[in-house]
Amino acid sequence: MSIDLLAAALPAVPLAAALVGLLLPMRSRRLPAILAIGGAGTALVLAIAMVIRGPVETAEGVTIAEFGDLAVTFTTWADGTAGLVAVAVGIVATCVQVYSVAYLHDDDRYAPYAAQISLFTSAMLLVVVAGDLIPLVVGWEIMGLCSYLLIGHDRKLPEAPGAAVKAFIVTRTGDVGFILGVAILGTQAGSFRISDVLTHHYSAATLTAAGVLLLCGVAGKSAQFPLHTWLPDAMAGPTPISALIHAATMVAAGVYLVARLFPIFNGTALAVLAISASITMLLGAATAMAQQDIKKVLAWSTVSQLGYMAGALAVGSRGPALLHLLSHAGFKALLFLGSGALIHAVGSNLMTAMGGMRRSMPTTYITMTIGLAALVGLPPLAGFVSKDTILAAAHHAVSAPGEVTAGHEAGALAAGAAPLWAAWLVWIAGLVTTGLTGWYATRLWLRTFFGASAARHPHEPSWLMRGPLLVLAVPSALLGLVALAPFIAERLGMETPEPFETEALAPLALATLGSLVSWYTWRRTSGADPILVVPGRRVLVAAFGVDSAIDVLVVRPVHALARAVKRADELLVDGAVRGTGKGTVALGTLLGSAHRAGLPRAATAVLSGALLIAVAIAVGVGQ
Amino acid sequence: MNEAMLVATLAVPAAGAVCAAVLPERAGRLAGAFAALVALGFAIGLYGRPPALPAGAAEPPIRPWHEVDVAWVPAFDLRFHLGVDGVSYPLVVLTALLTALCAIYTIWRAGATSGRDAGPVGGGRLMIALLLAVEVGINGVFLSLDLVLFFVFFEIVLLPMYAIIAAWGGPDRRRAAHKFVLYTLFGSVLLLVGVILVVVNAGTADLVALTEHPGLTRNMQLAAFVFLALGLAVKSPLWPLHTWLPDAHTEAPTVGSVILAGVLLKMGTYGLLRIAVGVAPEAARTFAPALGILAATAIIVGGLACLAQTELKRLIAYSSVGHMGFVVLGIATLTATGFQAAVIGNVAHGLITGLLFFLAGAIKDRAHTGQLADLGGLRETAPGLSGVLGFAAIASLGLPGLAGFWGEAFAVFAAIDKGGALWITLGAVAAVGAALAAAYFLRLLRRVTHGAATPAVAALAGTADARIARVELVAWGPLMVLTLLVGLLPALIIGIAADPISALAQVVAP
Repeated sequence: MSIDLLAAALPAVPLAAALVGLLLPMRSRRLPAILAIGGAGTALVLAIAMVIRGPVETAEGVTIAEFGDLAVTFTTWADGTAGLVAVAVGIVATCVQVYSVAYLHDDDRYAPYAAQISLFTSAMLLVVVAGDLIPLVVGWEIMGLCSYLLIGHDRKLPEAPGAAVKAFIVTRTGDVGFILGVAILGTQAGSFRISDVLTHHYSAATLTAAGVLLLCGVAGKSAQFPLHTWLPDAMAGPTPISALIHAATMVAAGVYLVARLFPIFNGTALAVLAISASITMLLGAATAMAQQDIKKVLAWSTVSQLGYMAGALAVGSRGPALLHLLSHAGFKALLFLGSGALIHAVGSNLMTAMGGMRRSMPTTYITMTIGLAALVGLPPLAGFVSKDTILAAAHHAVSAPGEVTAGHEAGALAAGAAPLWAAWLVWIAGLVTTGLTGWYATRLWLRTFFGASAARHPHEPSWLMRGPLLVLAVPSALLGLVALAPFIAERLGMETPEPFETEALAPLALATLGSLVSWYTWRRTSGADPILVVPGRRVLVAAFGVDSAIDVLVVRPVHALARAVKRADELLVDGAVRGTGKGTVALGTLLGSAHRAGLPRAATAVLSGALLIAVAIAVGVGQ
Repeated sequence: MNEAMLVATLAVPAAGAVCAAVLPERAGRLAGAFAALVALGFAIGLYGRPPALPAGAAEPPIRPWHEVDVAWVPAFDLRFHLGVDGVSYPLVVLTALLTALCAIYTIWRAGATSGRDAGPVGGGRLMIALLLAVEVGINGVFLSLDLVLFFVFFEIVLLPMYAIIAAWGGPDRRRAAHKFVLYTLFGSVLLLVGVILVVVNAGTADLVALTEHPGLTRNMQLAAFVFLALGLAVKSPLWPLHTWLPDAHTEAPTVGSVILAGVLLKMGTYGLLRIAVGVAPEAARTFAPALGILAATAIIVGGLACLAQTELKRLIAYSSVGHMGFVVLGIATLTATGFQAAVIGNVAHGLITGLLFFLAGAIKDRAHTGQLADLGGLRETAPGLSGVLGFAAIASLGLPGLAGFWGEAFAVFAAIDKGGALWITLGAVAAVGAALAAAYFLRLLRRVTHGAATPAVAALAGTADARIARVELVAWGPLMVLTLLVGLLPALIIGIAADPISALAQVVAP
């Protein structure tokens, strides 16, 4: 009955802040803000303490409940990776809480909003440190709930409720698989503790089934094809929410989960992941090219970048995936908060309403430039190193198949590597995506900060909003270099990366090419939208029609089935009941009328009855 | 002392019912509500530990913490045998709690409970009397350790509930009440045949003895199980024997729906677990696949039917079909894990659906309509009410961390754990049902709470109805707190049921 108090306090502190915050009056501001920032800040401090302390053995934990032979325990798993991810969550959550105070300065429901962010932070940290699959599922689903609540926060947006419902239902659909995967792993191992699950010997078929089922949940949460469609719609939520939940943390939880349970995923599961990831990165980047709403560009970019992380996992590289998770958390949160500052200044999400903002909003300009350069992968920024290590790992998997890569060090499970074609797929998709990323990031940069100004008197936001931008610019710029240090690389389970191999130049060259094409088109058309010269842009705007396909193939059939079931239930099942009732009454009436006979017929009936009985007795006695 | 408390758990509400019925209006209501609270105190006070087992003896499926055992009709060897253990205790407390909350609610909200001005036969006093009578029946069922006594209490519930629906219900209350009473009477007849088969063949009606050494022959078990299970399945209700429920719930007054969904249905699942499986374990093994298939069907059909509903209370009623499907699925696995899931699923459904029906009643009273098309934008005009509705809906769709999760997740886990193509399929189907639950509850929330306020809802703005009344807070608060508490600490429920449940699973195991 021992428990790692430091790790356990990590989700507990923001949870306490959330529960108190939810009880505060809706319109209060000061106390909720103090609670929210205090909760997130304390969690950050605890996370840093956990990193400094270093990895510890998983504690035995506390048994929450025993269902027959299956026990659910609360235990923590505070390895090096968990510490680093917790720090990232803490930093972004604190920045977002501070930023929200100013961003929602005239919102009349700030108190529940801030409390819901605290609840989210708690749930995310629970997923990060959970040492048992069931508490992990609890955190996993509560994140989804907070996402739902916060997407629907803005009551003036007509599309917000629908987007919120869509986000929850799509991820929950994936979670059907997730729960079943957990069920298979837990029931076969006789325990839900991750340490027990990772040391249990499963059959190959079981591993394939469990792995693919878990990937359904991962695809839902981390917006992988074909369950990615909810994420762009989720941009209906307030921008700080997009930064925290829909860019930096929750959507990365799926990647984190695969990394944590990595030995479970065998070759078949990794091949499935590779296909999904490759489609996701290409589709996300291509769709990002054609969006006019700045948040939609960033959302599709997030989809695409999550594809990189999943792709890295698919080729067996756990460390690079986690490094990209961390660097993406920094620069994408920065980009969202920066876009929030822009939206705040011009009062619109559309890039057509922006332009020339670099003069009036220098802090936003400089920090977002760093963020975009990190996204494109310019050296020596965070994104360059993290993306480069992924592509190097994919290239490694292609050029030296069969070698055990960095992710496969520990565990009784000897996970297989993905097939060679899967590695090729990830590598090529990754390279193409680099070029597309350079193109759309440059387009976003040019259309917001350069050209003619469309907005009247835009101005920098208050320091509460500028501060977080500056804070997040630091990891966006430097994380890549820091990650080369063994302190981080070892904790992520990476071999010290060698970013300046020759093949490292290929992604850089492609990214630069993409940027230059975008810039050249923009220059040639004297500041027009570069997408206007791209053929087939309608397909890109419609995001390749995946939404419509899902609508036709899934949503409508389910609703039609629901109506049919309702009708059948009323007409057939209940009809049988009512029919029985009516039939009984009818039979009763019939028999009743048969008994209302006139005297002659009644007398005849009695006499023939008596005769019948007499005959029956006579026959009976005669025998 | 403990024996007295057992009897008092039933005698106090019975006395309260009489007082409420004969006293003048105001005094009657107060006396009734007071009796309900005292009964709740006694029910909680039943908590205890089982007596020590003799050395070397195996744990029997029923080892009561306290019991009362006196001869009742010696000529027929009928005994008045009551007892409480870890499986029945949570349900007894839940019944007493919901009755007390409903009685308090009725004191203030009498007449308003059906959306009409006043009941046809006096005000809240008679309603409270009937509620207490129902409590006697339901808790009698949970406390009976004699099969015949079980059946007698099972029948006591029927008429007061019929009266509640028929007297205070909605516009179509007569038809719904008739259907309720005739349908469940049909179930009772089957149950009675089963009871008689068991008692006559085993030579005893004592449940402790019957479950410890199920002495029936295999064929007799098969026959008894079919009758018992069918009779109890009507009450649960198990698809396709469920169609009395949507009508009864939709037409019943708020407190009627709360009791109906909260605890009345549990008589069916409790009986299935304790009586049908306990007395005829061999037959249970034979029929488990059939039971499992019906349960999984109930989950999917209930979920899909909810997705197409257009009326608030009817939607919640159909959601009960799905939720009780999870409970039956847990029982059908015949494993300790599944039984535990059923035990906690029963309690969670009682808390959450009780709360949901309170809320549905509150919304219908305020907006004067339950049509989803006419509701909307509740969070604009009544944010508190909308927040509680959101909480209840999220709890009901099985969000981990709240009470509803454990029963549903572990019913699925139990099915997967049992293994084999059939059970894994059933587990997977049930898991899909959980996603359907998310779909229909979020559809409900989107219709009712989000968007612009419809005229029916906009009329609440600025009135006293926009806020949650104090009595509503009193009635809903305990349910919300318990939903959270059971969600965070499931061991509160399943911890105390662990021993009898694993003993039962031992008896059933081949």
